[in-house]
Amino acid sequence: MYAAQIDYHRACSLQEAIALLQEHEGAKIIAGGHSLIPLLRFRLSDASSLIDIGRLDELKGISRSNGCVSIGALTTHAELASSDVLKDACPIIPEAAAVIGDPQVRNRGTVGGNLAHADPGSDLPTVLVALGAEFRVAGPSGDRLVAAADFFQGLMSTALGNDDVLTSVEVPAAQAGQGMAYAKYIHPASRYAVVGAAAVLTASGDTCSAARVAVGGLTPSATRAPSVECSLTGNGLGEKAQAEAASQVANDLGDDLLGDISASAGYRLKMAEVYVGRAVAAAAARTA
Amino acid sequence: MKVPIEVTVNGRQYRHEVEPRLLLVDYLRDTLDLTGAKIGCDTSQCGSCTVEMNGTAMKSCTCLAVQADGSTITTIEGLAVDGLHPIQEAFWNKHGLQCGFCTPGMIMAAKELLRNNPSPSPDEVRHGLEGNICRCTGYTNIVKAVQEAAAVMGGAS
Amino acid sequence: MTTRIFSSGIRRREDPRLITGQASYTADIKLPGMTHAAILRSPHAHARIKSIDASAAAGRDGVVAVFTGADTEGALNGIPCAWQVPNSDVKAVDHPPIAKDVVRYVGDAVAVVVAESRYVAEDALEHVDVEYEPLSSVTDPKKATADGAPQLHEDAPGNQAFHWTVSGGDAGAAFSEADVVVKDRIVHQRLIPNAMEPRAAVAQWVGSTQDLTLWSTSQNPHIARFLMSVVTDLPEHRIRVIAQEVGGGFGSKIPFYADEAIIAFCAMRTGGPVKWVETRSENYQATIHGRDHIEEVELAATRDGKITGVRAAVWAGMGAYLSTASTGIPTILHGLMYAGPYDIPNVHGDVYGVFTNATPVDAYRGAGRPEATFLVERMVNLLADKLGMDPVELRRKNLIPAFENGHDVSTGLTYDSGDYEKALDMLMDSIAYQDLRRDQAAARSEGKHVGIGVTTYVEICGLGPSQVAGAVGFGGGLWESAIIRFHPTGKVNVMTGASPHGQGEETTFAQVVSHELGVDVDDIEVLHGDTDTSPMGWGTYGSRTTAVAGAAVALGARKLKEKGKAIAAHLLEAAVEDIEYDDGNFFVKGSPDQSKTIDDIALMANVAWNLPEGMEPGFESTTFYDPPNFAYPFGAHAAVVELDPDTGQISLTRYVAVDDCGTQINPMIIEGQVHGGVVQGAGPALWEGAVYDDGGQLITGSMMDYALPRADMVPEIETMSTDTPSPDHPLGVKGIGETGTIASTVTVYNAVMDALKPFGVDKLDMPLTPERVWRAIHHGNGS
Repeated sequence: MYAAQIDYHRACSLQEAIALLQEHEGAKIIAGGHSLIPLLRFRLSDASSLIDIGRLDELKGISRSNGCVSIGALTTHAELASSDVLKDACPIIPEAAAVIGDPQVRNRGTVGGNLAHADPGSDLPTVLVALGAEFRVAGPSGDRLVAAADFFQGLMSTALGNDDVLTSVEVPAAQAGQGMAYAKYIHPASRYAVVGAAAVLTASGDTCSAARVAVGGLTPSATRAPSVECSLTGNGLGEKAQAEAASQVANDLGDDLLGDISASAGYRLKMAEVYVGRAVAAAAARTA
Repeated sequence: MKVPIEVTVNGRQYRHEVEPRLLLVDYLRDTLDLTGAKIGCDTSQCGSCTVEMNGTAMKSCTCLAVQADGSTITTIEGLAVDGLHPIQEAFWNKHGLQCGFCTPGMIMAAKELLRNNPSPSPDEVRHGLEGNICRCTGYTNIVKAVQEAAAVMGGAS
Repeated sequence: MTTRIFSSGIRRREDPRLITGQASYTADIKLPGMTHAAILRSPHAHARIKSIDASAAAGRDGVVAVFTGADTEGALNGIPCAWQVPNSDVKAVDHPPIAKDVVRYVGDAVAVVVAESRYVAEDALEHVDVEYEPLSSVTDPKKATADGAPQLHEDAPGNQAFHWTVSGGDAGAAFSEADVVVKDRIVHQRLIPNAMEPRAAVAQWVGSTQDLTLWSTSQNPHIARFLMSVVTDLPEHRIRVIAQEVGGGFGSKIPFYADEAIIAFCAMRTGGPVKWVETRSENYQATIHGRDHIEEVELAATRDGKITGVRAAVWAGMGAYLSTASTGIPTILHGLMYAGPYDIPNVHGDVYGVFTNATPVDAYRGAGRPEATFLVERMVNLLADKLGMDPVELRRKNLIPAFENGHDVSTGLTYDSGDYEKALDMLMDSIAYQDLRRDQAAARSEGKHVGIGVTTYVEICGLGPSQVAGAVGFGGGLWESAIIRFHPTGKVNVMTGASPHGQGEETTFAQVVSHELGVDVDDIEVLHGDTDTSPMGWGTYGSRTTAVAGAAVALGARKLKEKGKAIAAHLLEAAVEDIEYDDGNFFVKGSPDQSKTIDDIALMANVAWNLPEGMEPGFESTTFYDPPNFAYPFGAHAAVVELDPDTGQISLTRYVAVDDCGTQINPMIIEGQVHGGVVQGAGPALWEGAVYDDGGQLITGSMMDYALPRADMVPEIETMSTDTPSPDHPLGVKGIGETGTIASTVTVYNAVMDALKPFGVDKLDMPLTPERVWRAIHHGNGS
């Protein structure tokens, strides 16, 4: 497929990127391009120009300070998957990043692009919602932090304004007694998540003292599962408790469920239960 | 609108003015006449267009030529330096190709795989090549070829 | 020579250019002054074209020309179907290369833009203004035959493209007398072939000489030339078709497509070379699909498991038009194989070809035979279930006993040679079948669900005797020819009319000549794919290249051996009868030191200084080979799967194939064919299927939706072989290109159904997606 004519501007700084966005109506940010270029090829994007932020060093890198990990928006999925900082501080992110697309896609696709595109089948939104991450957004009037759960506003829709740039993701580092896991039902053709489930559990002794669970793939955007969390919190983490908690997930997903020829909405709902169960089980095993 | 770019491909420097919409794979194939990278799909699925950019494998169909400005690229044509690369040799030895269309991308993906994991198990090879589709071989001999290459390369890539 | 060449897995001679990126496929061609075409395709499954306004597109910068159906009036004839199966009332409906009044499927060509680049051509396509009046459509082949269904073609009432029958014995009596009858409704979903190289065409027209050259991704350039002549009225000797490197075909590059005629037309009208390369999503709409059968099948048997009859009614979707070989696929290559490898005396089949508002269907790897094998093997398993017999034992009871020289089958065919039970025995030993069944039972008791599928099959390939081709309505011959040309230096060119595109005959044919004449394989170059330099041939498909063209090569080499003996006799002053040949040397019987090498002979024949009286100079042979029979490879396959009942997900954990393709020239290449064939057949069992919505839109429109097997989805394919030589072929060769696909779909399917037995599931349609399997487990039979 062949993209339509489009203008191109390369930003040399974040400030310039924002200025270019303001200057060019209908401009879109491009970084790795792995979400945007497929749309351009099918002429499904209405972007009139591209603002390339791919060379902004200020948006690169993973760093840890004060119990928080900051991930630059230009960090690639491959960098996430192999990051020692993340493996230590937030191992669910490398775990999920390693099952995004394929190796070549992971080498070029970026965190920022992935989140800004907000595909319902993406893996990172689910994980970051479960982690309670915050997204740093730069705009004409300055920086702001947006909670992951507020960032995703429906099918391929986010809290980003036209002139905003997602610059980093701030993730709380894991605490003692925490276990986290991501379980993915991979679409055999697209490699997106048919269902993705992320669980972040904290155990004290034999009891689950805190639980954060999110589900993606079958909802328009990544969705917290409070009923599952509630069922887990304050209870033991035995198989039965896990199954009981997972069975609650249908209460959390609403009526707007996605389906396609490979997996209907009804089936995905059942699979959400299975995959939440698997994520919870794996996370529980890692709390020790 | 045209944008000037400068790239180094297989050790040679090129300067061109390109339309922003031009895909890197079209630039390599049509502008530089390096037709080794193939176009097998339009959704970043098949991996036939895989080349190495700045040291890592990527799908050249999912990158604009303007994004590649300043980069160093190796295509299948640049792989054999002093004789065949061990991965090329292994694909030949193990009958890891039939029609050959996916092969340039498959070999470039195998190179990436061995860079990250110099002695992969068969399962690791299969997962490492999940971004490349072959319709001829059923993958059995591709896996064998990658393992042979790993053995020959002795853990170095 | 020191290396054993024949029956040896030597490395392929075609590989160096392929592994270095130096091979040139059609899409890689660049000619001076070349322009680029993009084809506008119908977004409607069925619609009347009310008007087309191409003026805005034509006026854009960089656009050379825009053509519509009206422009081709008088210049292009309809695209023909080349297989008029007799006694079946085939409706040869008109198929204009560019739709004029009505579009009949999503993807039907409506206009073509020629521009300075493909990007500019695509821009212009958006400015071709077409006004459609949508019509009702139908894509299901059974529903298309119902009263009141939308009609595609005026001269095909009820959308019936043909009705063909096969009959042998007395099926009616067999069923009325049967102890046991099992029935099933089998659906072979539409498949998208997905050769990794999309189709492409480059056309060059030289007005002064009226010469057309077409570079094409064809499996059969000579057929393409023939049909190009029919469509354009250009004389055949003014057309050159070149299929240089072709990136897989699997049948999808057999047909002569409208696109090739359109690109040739563009070149003729614009005067310069024009290139068109299909995009993948375009390929999904415009390149033929495979299968698309709805079958109602029944099997009759005695109480003790002797199969007495098979009966089938088949609705075969043809799509909107009849593609080149389409009509022969669900008939000759399908219905004649209803007995499989079993002694089934009574057979009856009715096959209805049906027009639907969908992409045309034609040969896709296996072409009719995977469907036939599925039909037989599925029914045998249902019978085993009904009788409470082990499915392998039931097969043994019905297999045709070993034979060496012809076995007549109730469908009218004569199988060439076979030892079906030997292949089954080898398979059973290899997988330790009884142990596997024990392990399966033990796993079940632990809540793990394993399934085992076993298939015995025979297939028809090596197409085929030309007299039979004519009798069954094929519009061409099925012989092959070979030219073997020795240069004065003893180096050799072999020119074949077959057109391999991944199957490795540049190597195997060199091995044949090396074996016959003692020339090093590296001194032999096999040329193919160019109608100006290759002798006439009918192409590469139907597992026929080595079986037919390879025979021509072998016989051609033997002719040269005889000529070599005559020359050697002359030079050594001996009688021809006293000349013996061994491994490249001609010598006088009893005096091995009195000898001439093949190089000596080639030089003398070429310089012709001293040849026997009256002998023509040159060391070259031209050989035509028309096979006396088809070839019938056979074998036994097994699949093991694991089922996750919580999700319905299936893992194919083991696959073992025992195949018999007669004499093996290059076992490495043969194994490769089986590996690829097996995975390609497993695809439709588990993942693949083209889906149209109710409005005739192709939902599986890209590789994002149509799931192809990837490396991490399949196990290592284990291969073994028996080798029962063909009694007909000069080397004993049969064919191997399609066996894997023919056997594996049903083998994997039966393995999954075996895993589902504890859940009481005995019926499911393919592909066996996790959701289908999960629903069957939880709600019964997938409903």
